[in-house]
Amino acid sequence: MLLLIPAFPLVGFLLNASFGRRVSKGVAATIACAAMLMSFAVSVAAVARLVGLPADARAIAQTAFNWIESDTLKIDLTLLLDPLSSVMILVVTGIGSLIHVYSTAYMHDEADPEYARYFSYLNLFAAFMLVLVLGANFLVMFVGWEGVGLCSYLLIGFWYQKKSASDAGKKAFIVNRIGDWGFILGVLLVFVRFGTLDFQKVAGAASQLSPEATFGTLSIITLLLFIGATGKSAQIPLFVWLPDAMEGPTPVSALIHAATMVTAGVYMIGRNAVLFGHAPMTLTIVAIVGTATALIAGTIGLVQNDIKKVLAYSTVSQLGYMFLAMGVGAYAAGIFHLYTHAFFKALLFLGSGAVIHALSGEQDMRKMGGLKKDLPITYWTFVVGAIAIAGVPPFAGFFSKDEILFRTFASGHTVLWGVGLLTALLTAAYMFRLVFLTFHGSRSQSENHSNHDNLLHHSNDLNPSNHSHLHDAPLPMAIALIVLAVGSITAGWVGLGGRFEKFLEPSFGPPLSESRAGLQAGLAEGGVETTLMIVSVVVALAGIGIAAYFFLKNRAAADRMAERFSGVHRVLEHKYYLDEIYDAAIVQPIQIVSEDGLWKGVDIGVIDRTVNGVGQAVSGTSEVLRLFHTGSVRAYAASVFLGAVLVLGYYLWR
Amino acid sequence: MPTLNDYLILSAILFAIGTAGVFVRRNLITILLSIEIMLNAVNLSFVAFGRSLGTADGQIIVFFVMTVAAAEAAVGLAIVIGLFRHRESLNPDTFTSLKW
Amino acid sequence: MTLFYLFAAVAVIASLLVIAQRNPIYSVLLLIASFGALSGLYVMLDAPFVAVTQIIVYAGAIMVLFLFVVMLLHAPAEETEHDERVHPLRRPGPMWFGAVLAAALVVELLWALTRAGGGTGAFPAAEVISVRAIGQALFTDYAFQFEVTSILILVAMVGAVILAKREAAKP
Repeated sequence: MLLLIPAFPLVGFLLNASFGRRVSKGVAATIACAAMLMSFAVSVAAVARLVGLPADARAIAQTAFNWIESDTLKIDLTLLLDPLSSVMILVVTGIGSLIHVYSTAYMHDEADPEYARYFSYLNLFAAFMLVLVLGANFLVMFVGWEGVGLCSYLLIGFWYQKKSASDAGKKAFIVNRIGDWGFILGVLLVFVRFGTLDFQKVAGAASQLSPEATFGTLSIITLLLFIGATGKSAQIPLFVWLPDAMEGPTPVSALIHAATMVTAGVYMIGRNAVLFGHAPMTLTIVAIVGTATALIAGTIGLVQNDIKKVLAYSTVSQLGYMFLAMGVGAYAAGIFHLYTHAFFKALLFLGSGAVIHALSGEQDMRKMGGLKKDLPITYWTFVVGAIAIAGVPPFAGFFSKDEILFRTFASGHTVLWGVGLLTALLTAAYMFRLVFLTFHGSRSQSENHSNHDNLLHHSNDLNPSNHSHLHDAPLPMAIALIVLAVGSITAGWVGLGGRFEKFLEPSFGPPLSESRAGLQAGLAEGGVETTLMIVSVVVALAGIGIAAYFFLKNRAAADRMAERFSGVHRVLEHKYYLDEIYDAAIVQPIQIVSEDGLWKGVDIGVIDRTVNGVGQAVSGTSEVLRLFHTGSVRAYAASVFLGAVLVLGYYLWR
Repeated sequence: MPTLNDYLILSAILFAIGTAGVFVRRNLITILLSIEIMLNAVNLSFVAFGRSLGTADGQIIVFFVMTVAAAEAAVGLAIVIGLFRHRESLNPDTFTSLKW
Repeated sequence: MTLFYLFAAVAVIASLLVIAQRNPIYSVLLLIASFGALSGLYVMLDAPFVAVTQIIVYAGAIMVLFLFVVMLLHAPAEETEHDERVHPLRRPGPMWFGAVLAAALVVELLWALTRAGGGTGAFPAAEVISVRAIGQALFTDYAFQFEVTSILILVAMVGAVILAKREAAKP
């Protein structure tokens, strides 16, 4: 039964890829959405069965076939359902289905073959993502890992005629590849160290060891795996692809770059919790990187003007929170935040998609405003999502973010907690800046104005259509928005009373130190937890208030601030010039080495010259040798005779 | 009494003379004559060896050699006649069409 | 012994003159003289059959054939090469080469002789090998080779006739 979960989207992909261009849009959409919904249904059934099992035996495995069987390496294509992967498959199939439904309306302006191509890619992505989270060993997970990277490339560059889109796709794939290099090395080391790639066996073997005090093998393994995670989940230093990935259609951004693919790194760490737990130095690095990423991305998001870029940096920032949680050992909290974040981030992206759709492709927030009365459903669902991400109770984001901050504080990382709190302030600020700029105030531009890229069909997202799209979201989009909004409010409630954490406990192995649990209980009882909760709520509301002052009441004040700190503003706007630094430090040298060094030097200079040289040598030699053919019989006879004399002489000599 | 070595030395000298003739002369017929000299030198050494072994084998080989020499001379002269008809010359250096 | 030296001298000198003469007819006739000397040597080697066959076949048939061809081609009318008056070792190209190689060959063969040793004694006493003995050996031990030789002569005859034929006149 487990195999059905990725199989349905895979079949959907095959059908749409083979026949999609010949059928109507409705058929293609139905195939794709039906595949996802059936996968969701099977996932729910599987999880229900899992929950029915006793708590300490909650694992269902299903093997498809024996994949690799060589001397010491035995790998099967096995899918494993345990509490951790059950959360993931519900997120992927549930939110995935909603996004598929949303896309049927959003992509409706595309040509029929393109429409089917879009849905085939989307289904393929879902299939790979499900393989990733259901994989029972590193290799199956890696198949999914690579597959989602591929689909990300395909979908980011969906409008490949546009150079910026295809460039963004390439950038995503290449940067991911750099991370994958680390991941592969980590997997190889796992095999060398443990002799197996199966997750449960590795966890079992690792739990026998004691945590490493220094930077030993486990630390190296986990660090390499984490490098892979920074690539896939857009952390420092490999997050540069995610903002560019906004070139893809907005539902793609919602699904892949908010809810699912970018969470693969977090999931991977959760899956290997035992391994990571035994490498405290790596965990510290993870926490620091996560926090730094969260802060930096938050600051960049504060000054961006493209609505999707703000959301992209917000995603990077929230992912930083998840890694912070993993880094302090609060694996369940990290997964919890992953789960709630999927809801409200997908909601925010889909909402922004509705705005862009209504404005016929406009994405610059400075040209928006006053949409509150034109797009009511969009507005209210968007506000729900914004409140959720800001971390205001009783919305979903509060529970997960607060849990992370509490755990950080409780494990002694006070500095990280402070930075996390600051980032929470920034989160609320930039998110509500977005809300106020987009929906409130008055619009400074007229309808039907799209001044981006009139050269090509797809100006950032849609055709510059001739008629006004300024209506609220059509029904499929509205359904998705409303369902996600409800989820953003209620999703956090499963975490009440520690039920979520207890559910996930079998996946993460026994708690590493009993003392830590005791410490947390002690702090909770001492009212510290409540105090911290109140602090986070105050910070969130403060952020909202700051945004309200600068962007609701007094926009001129915001501009004056920007002028006063123009240097800082410019650095933030250019994303700390990170792309330029990478280009100069890495890309250009590689290009020069490749072009002048390897191509002109080695390939043309050495290899071609050698091969041609051999040809010329043969040719030259034969030019000389052919002069032996004088045509004179006597000369030939003379040479025969000479040969005979020499041979005779040789034999006499011996 | 002449020894085997004497005959062999004589045969060697005659053979060398024949070989020199093949290269030195520029007349096709003289070249063929030089080849006959060579064959004769070989005949001599065969007979000498046969005599020193006391068998008839040497002479029988000579018999065959002579037959072959006759056949070869006949065919060779026929070719010379054919060549002469083409180029009106008996100089082997005129027949150099198979050049590079 | 003196007889041997006499015949040997005649053979060598005649051969040298064969390759030194300009006129092919002289060459042919000198070669006949050389054959005669060789025939004498064969008699000295107790091989009368070979001696007589030499005269009959070689000198009598093959050389006559050569003479016919020489006459037919009016060869004497040509061949006034300058080079042929010059010493062989001073002629250009293959000529010089051939002369040098011939000398080298003699040296090598003599060297081979000295190395092999043997043969310095007198011939063992044996009876003269009669025609009857040769015939018997020829038709029993070497019968196959004999028959093949006859085919060879046939082929040579046919070949010679065809090769020397004048091209058929165009119809």
